[in-house]
Amino acid sequence: MILIVSKREALPGRGVLVVYLGALALALGLCAGMLLLAGKPALGGLAVLFQGAFGQAHSLLDALLKAIPIFLCSLGVALCFRMQIWNIGAEGQFALGAVGATWAALSFGGLPGALLLPLMFLSAMALGALWGLIPAVLRLRLGVNEIISSLMLNYVGILVLEYLVFGIWKDPASFGFPMTSEFPAGAQIGRMGASLGTGLLGKLHWGLLACPLAGLAYSVFLGRTRLGFELAACGEGERVARYARLPYGFLVLLVMGLGGALSGLAGCIETSATLGRLQPTVMVGYGYTAIVVAWLARLKPWPIAFTAFLLAALRVGVEAMQLELQIPAAFGQIMEGAILLCVLAGQFFLTYSVRLRRPAPSEAPS
Amino acid sequence: MSPELVVALLAATVQAGTPILFATLGEIISERAGVLNLGVEGCMALASFAGFLVCHQTGSAWLGLAAGGCAGALLAGLHGLVCQVFLGNQVVSGLALTIFGVGLCNFLGTPYVGQATVGFQQFAVPALSELPLLGAVFFRQDALVYLSYLTPVAVWFLLWRTSLGLGLRAAGEMPAAAAAAGLNPLRLRFLGVLLGGFLCGLGGAYLSLAHTHLWTTSLSGGRGWVAVALVIFAFWRPGRAVAGAYLFGGIMAFQLRLQASGTNVPSSLLLMLPYVLTVLVLVLSAARARSAHGRGSAAPAALGVNIEPEG
Repeated sequence: MILIVSKREALPGRGVLVVYLGALALALGLCAGMLLLAGKPALGGLAVLFQGAFGQAHSLLDALLKAIPIFLCSLGVALCFRMQIWNIGAEGQFALGAVGATWAALSFGGLPGALLLPLMFLSAMALGALWGLIPAVLRLRLGVNEIISSLMLNYVGILVLEYLVFGIWKDPASFGFPMTSEFPAGAQIGRMGASLGTGLLGKLHWGLLACPLAGLAYSVFLGRTRLGFELAACGEGERVARYARLPYGFLVLLVMGLGGALSGLAGCIETSATLGRLQPTVMVGYGYTAIVVAWLARLKPWPIAFTAFLLAALRVGVEAMQLELQIPAAFGQIMEGAILLCVLAGQFFLTYSVRLRRPAPSEAPS
Repeated sequence: MSPELVVALLAATVQAGTPILFATLGEIISERAGVLNLGVEGCMALASFAGFLVCHQTGSAWLGLAAGGCAGALLAGLHGLVCQVFLGNQVVSGLALTIFGVGLCNFLGTPYVGQATVGFQQFAVPALSELPLLGAVFFRQDALVYLSYLTPVAVWFLLWRTSLGLGLRAAGEMPAAAAAAGLNPLRLRFLGVLLGGFLCGLGGAYLSLAHTHLWTTSLSGGRGWVAVALVIFAFWRPGRAVAGAYLFGGIMAFQLRLQASGTNVPSSLLLMLPYVLTVLVLVLSAARARSAHGRGSAAPAALGVNIEPEG
């Protein structure tokens, strides 16, 4: 018997779902194995995971809240991935966004919310964009590999945040804990509670609105504008783009700037709406989850939204595992890595078909 | 600065540079064979735990080292499987590998945080350690550091003086030509990835067995990424990797020494140094690669490009 590998004519419709589900099952199996390795119940652990993630209304709501920053960061990196610019720096851009928002909140705390919040959004997006533009400029001017430079800026960005929170921004009344003082009311993104009642939904905050707006802008930009089409063409590679006289350099700056701004916005929303102050715990790796989400969703906006929610739900489930089974939080990372690896391998079957064939008598077995 | 302090700082430079050197050499082999492995950080992290665990259970540092190397190779093999056999994107697969490896290290390692190991101890090499300055800096170290002096030579010999090395490089430059010459580029690439992962694993094991004798999670702390950057700095050559690794060893040792001396420079600014330096080093090597008209400083031609199946 010999294996015949050949390229498929067209993407199989239902096949995509089969491949993704198969990959997901394989990844879950792998994770269950890791649980056994650590001496934890495998099936019981996964049960707690799913129960914690999807079992109750409040866990779904929690997932929705966590999905907001993941979705925004993911749109940002997906924009860059579309033209094969490997922006791994969402985490650092998120950190700078949080810093920018905090700067505005602490400096202009006396302003009313209608002025202060836009100012925070602006400064957060500007700093995030700046953090994204550094690797872009280095890449265009000097040919510096953007994967490593954007990743290194993650570490630097987080340390900038820590420097400020441990230093000049530390609240004197915090008993030495590294955190700023609580933002004035005008700098906190409000809860929808007032209009949705005091029930569960009341926990949702207005930052959620940023998601449909950003998603819509992403779709319109890519599908309806000239620059968007040019961007897609640049995905074929730099040489092709330059040969076709596309504005390659400008587009690199644009996607890295916009990507940084989106991650910065996520940092602003997370700081203002979820914590109400800046502290190092704002950094929980959403920027890295966003990369996993973008790739799993094949860079398309609706799948990004769905996948962001799914991975946010997994994070909620892992919290339940932490509480009930004392499983370290890193289990979430293992799952994200395993799912991405399995889906990557599975995508092979979308591009190629593999068949077993008996060698013809004239053929020598190879 | 007193002469004793300079010697201590240089000796610490060699120690801090050693794990980075192993990992950089590993990534050079992998990339020379055409496979970009961005999972170095994950390989190092997992290997640091595997090394600790085996040493902790058996009491043998050498078994721990072997376990670290194997863990690194195993994880790198996963990368090879995903992107060589299943033709996944090498960048994304490597990133996934780092997320997976670092996660696994922290997941399995959390119950052991704070446990001590014996690991490797320093010993003076007879005669050589009596050399003025050099003796104290280079020859009063542990066995792994001595091993790291030989590794660059071994990697150079493998890549440029053996037919296997020629095959590996051919698989990275032009796999079709390698196949036409009767070699199996896929198998060669896989071998390159495994060897590279093994060396990254040695670097990771060094962290838990010799660098600190106390287990904590996240020991790798970005060193894997520094190694990926240093491969570019080294122009994919083992000799220059030594210089790069000790440069970073120096900045890390300096930064630690400064923190320990109770300076009033905030630690977050000191901790930034290696990461900022990485970006600077990339800028410098990019400028140099351009001025030298790319001669001898370019990446392997088929780096990051998967071998498409025929038909």
